[in-house]
Amino acid sequence: MQFDLEIKYPSEPLKCWAKGKELRDKYYQDYASAHDSGGIRWSGGAAGLESVMAGFGRDVYPLTGEPYGASIAFDRPFAAKCQAAAEEAGYPRDVCAYMRNYWGSKLLNSFAFGGAFPEPDLYWQFHSCCSHGKWYQEAARIEGKGRPVFVTDCAIGPYFKFNEKTGNYYAAPNENGIRYVVNQLHSHIEKIEKYLGRPYQDELLFEAADNQFANMTIWPEIFMLNKAIPAPLDQKSMFSLYVLGALNKASADFRAFYNELKDEVQDRVNRGIAAVPTERARVMDDIQPPWGFLKIFRHLENYGCVCIGSYYSASLMFAWDITEDGMLVPKKTPKQRGIEIKDRDTCLWHLADFLLSNLWFNNMQDNGLKAWGMKKMYEQWHCDGIMIHYNRGCEGLSMGVAEQRLYLAEHGIPVMSFEGNMGDAREFDEAETIKRIDTFMETLGLK
Amino acid sequence: MIEKFREWYDDRLAYAKKWKEDTGGKVVGYLCTYVPEEIFYAANILPVRILGDHKPQSVTEPHLFAMYCPFCRDVLAQGLKGHYDFLDGIVIAQSCLHIRQSFYSWQKHRPRDFHYVLPMPQGVQNPESVPYLAEEYVKFKKSVETWIGHELSKEDLVRGIEVVNRSRRLLKDVYELRKADHPPVTGLEAMSMVVSSQVIDKNEHNAILDQFLRNGVKNRLQERDPKSRLMIIGSEDDDMQFLDMVEERGSTIVCDDHCTGSRYFWDEVELGDDPILSLAKRYVERTPCPSKDWPERRRFDRILKFAKEYRVDGAIIVQQKFCDPHEIDKVALLDMLEQNNIPTLCLEFDVTVPLGPMRIRVDAFLETLSGDELF
Repeated sequence: MQFDLEIKYPSEPLKCWAKGKELRDKYYQDYASAHDSGGIRWSGGAAGLESVMAGFGRDVYPLTGEPYGASIAFDRPFAAKCQAAAEEAGYPRDVCAYMRNYWGSKLLNSFAFGGAFPEPDLYWQFHSCCSHGKWYQEAARIEGKGRPVFVTDCAIGPYFKFNEKTGNYYAAPNENGIRYVVNQLHSHIEKIEKYLGRPYQDELLFEAADNQFANMTIWPEIFMLNKAIPAPLDQKSMFSLYVLGALNKASADFRAFYNELKDEVQDRVNRGIAAVPTERARVMDDIQPPWGFLKIFRHLENYGCVCIGSYYSASLMFAWDITEDGMLVPKKTPKQRGIEIKDRDTCLWHLADFLLSNLWFNNMQDNGLKAWGMKKMYEQWHCDGIMIHYNRGCEGLSMGVAEQRLYLAEHGIPVMSFEGNMGDAREFDEAETIKRIDTFMETLGLK
Repeated sequence: MIEKFREWYDDRLAYAKKWKEDTGGKVVGYLCTYVPEEIFYAANILPVRILGDHKPQSVTEPHLFAMYCPFCRDVLAQGLKGHYDFLDGIVIAQSCLHIRQSFYSWQKHRPRDFHYVLPMPQGVQNPESVPYLAEEYVKFKKSVETWIGHELSKEDLVRGIEVVNRSRRLLKDVYELRKADHPPVTGLEAMSMVVSSQVIDKNEHNAILDQFLRNGVKNRLQERDPKSRLMIIGSEDDDMQFLDMVEERGSTIVCDDHCTGSRYFWDEVELGDDPILSLAKRYVERTPCPSKDWPERRRFDRILKFAKEYRVDGAIIVQQKFCDPHEIDKVALLDMLEQNNIPTLCLEFDVTVPLGPMRIRVDAFLETLSGDELF
C-alpha cells in the first residue's frame, strides 16, 4: 500500500551512516581478535559501566550481550539455529530471547560476525531484571571452564519519585543504594585485579568515564533535535545509531562519532532535511522492536508517518533528567556541573549515579515512570500516536506494559499494541502486525 | 489437632478479618517471603502472605502481560476482586519482576493506606548487601513507625524476632520428624502447617504447633506405608489438591525447597547487639530464591543436603509457568539431580491445576521409582 503523497520536505541520506556501520563492525572484530595481541575479552550486559573495565588497560574489549543477541535476531536463519541449540540444551522458549540467542551462539560455537565464538576471559554483569545475573551464571556453566562471573547488583529501588502535587516525577536518588553499588564496584575491581594479575589504572578509568558520561548525554541531545518538524531522523535509522551506546559507552571513537552525528543532525534541522519527505504524522514506540522485522517502521512511511524514536531508543543506555516543570532533558555530566573527578570513589559514585538514574532501570523499580515518560515524550516530540510492543522476548522491559497502555489511553493518547518478540521470529506475526498498523493509521486519519 | 492448620489455611481471610475485629489492630498483606515479618510483629501488626485462590478469573488481563506467571496473576486477582479490602497496607520486598508488577497494579487500582516497596538486594552473595539492607530496614522501620504513630524500641524488635524465630524452630521440629522411616506428618500436612504460619498470628500458631509436637505426634501414621519418599522443588506452590493427589497415588513428600515450604522458615535470625543488622543478615543469608541465587548456586547445596538427609527416592520440580529464574535454574538443577542419581519429574503449574493429566504423569513417575526393571 502506498498513497500518492505530497513531497513536503527535502531529504538526503546521513553522511556519517557508513562510518557508524564501520565502527560497529570494528567493535566486534576488536573483541574477537583481542587475544592476538595479548588483550583481554570480557562479556556482560549492555546496561553497565564499561568504563570501569577500561581501567584494566587499553587492550580490554567488551562483548555486550543484548546488542549481540539483537544482531543474531536480525539474521533470522542464524537466530533460528541459536534458539534450537538453546532449546536442545533444555532452556524454555519463554526466557529472554537475547539470552537464548547468546547461549545458542556459544553452544554452536559460532560467532555471528564470523568464526568460532570468542569466549571471554571473564564475565561482568550489572543486575537489574531477574535474568541479568543468571544470564552469565549460565553462560559460564555452558562454557564449563570456571571463568569468573562478577555481578553488580543495581536493583536498588526507584531513582525518581512521583510528586502528587505537580503530577510529575523528580530525581530523588537513594544515597544508600548508590553507596551499595559503588562499594560493589570497588570490591569487583579488587577481585578482577587479582584474577587478571594486572594493576588497576585510575587515570584510564577517569578518561573512560569522561567518555561514558559524554556518550550517555550526547545521544539524548541528538534525540532532542528530533523534536523538529520535519524529523531529521527516523526510528529505523536510529536503531543503527543508538546501538553504539549499547556496545561500549566508554569508547572515545563512539564519542567522536556521536559528536559528528549531532552536528550533522543539527545541520539537517537547520536546513529542514526530513527523514521522511512526506511527513504528515508522527508516532513513537516504546520498547525493543522485533529485530527481524524492522520493515514495519518503513511501512509507516507509506502513510507519510514518521516514527520519531521510542522511549527505548531515547533512553536505553543513556542519561536523562527531569526538569522542575516535568520536561525530559539530557542529564548534565559531572563536568557540565563543575565537578572535577580526582579519585576513584568519586568517579565510581558518579558513574553509579548515571547508571541508576537510567529510565529503563527505573521501569523495573517503578513502572509508573515509563507511562508518565511516554506521555511526556508524546507531548514534547509532537506525536500523534504511540505504538506499544507486547514483547514476549523481554520480561524486564515489558514490565508494566499493560498498565502503561491503560494510562496512555486514559489520557486520550491514541495507542496501538502488537505482540511479538524482539529476538524470536516464531513469536511475531508480520501480516497481523501490518494489518494493525493499517488500522491504526486509519484511526489517525491517514488514508 | 492437625486439621486446625488446614482449617486456618482454608479460612485465612475470615481469620484475618476476625483478628482485626477482635484486636483492633492493623493487618498488612505481603507479596513475597523476603518481607521481614519481624518488624510487623514488633509493631503488633498482623502480616499475612497473599496467596492465590487457584480459581479461574478474568480481571487481570488488562493489567498484566500474558507472559507473566500464574501466581502473580492469581495474587493480583485477589486484590482486584476485593477479597483483601480489609487490609490496611500492602508490602513487597524486591524479589522477582512478576510479583512486583502485581504489587504495583494492586496499589494503583486498590490502594491501601500503607504501601512499601522494600529494596531487598538481589546480589545477596555480595558482602555489601548486608549493610545496605540494614540501612533500608531502618528506613522501612521509620515508615512503619510513622504509620502507627509511635516508635519501635529495641525490645519491640527483639520480641518480633523471637516470635518469628520460635515459629521457625517449631516448623523445623516438624520437618525433623519427616526424616523417620514412617513420617508422622505427610507432605500435605506439613505444607498446611507452613502456609498457615504465613497467614495466622504466629503467637497463636506457635502455641498450637507446640501443643501438636508435645502430644505424641511421633506415633502418628505408623501403620501408613510411606512408599516412595519424594522431595518437592520449585517456586511458590500452595496447591493442596496436587500434593494430596501425589501422596494418594503412592508416595510421601518428606521435604521440599520452595517458598511455601522450607525456604520460608529454615534460617533463623541470630540475634546480636543490633537487631536490625541481625535481621538484615538473616534475610541476605537465607536459602535464596533463584532470582537471587547467583553467581554461585547456593540453593543447590541445600537441596542436595535435604535429599540425602531425608533419603528421597525422587524429586518433583513444580514450577510456575513463565517463572524465568526457575526456568533458567532448571537445566543446571536437573543436571545436578541426575549426577546424584535422583530421578526427577518436571511439572509446570498454572493458576488452576489439571489434576487428571498430572495424575497420569505422577503415576508414571512413581512407577519408575517403585517398579522392577522390565529387562
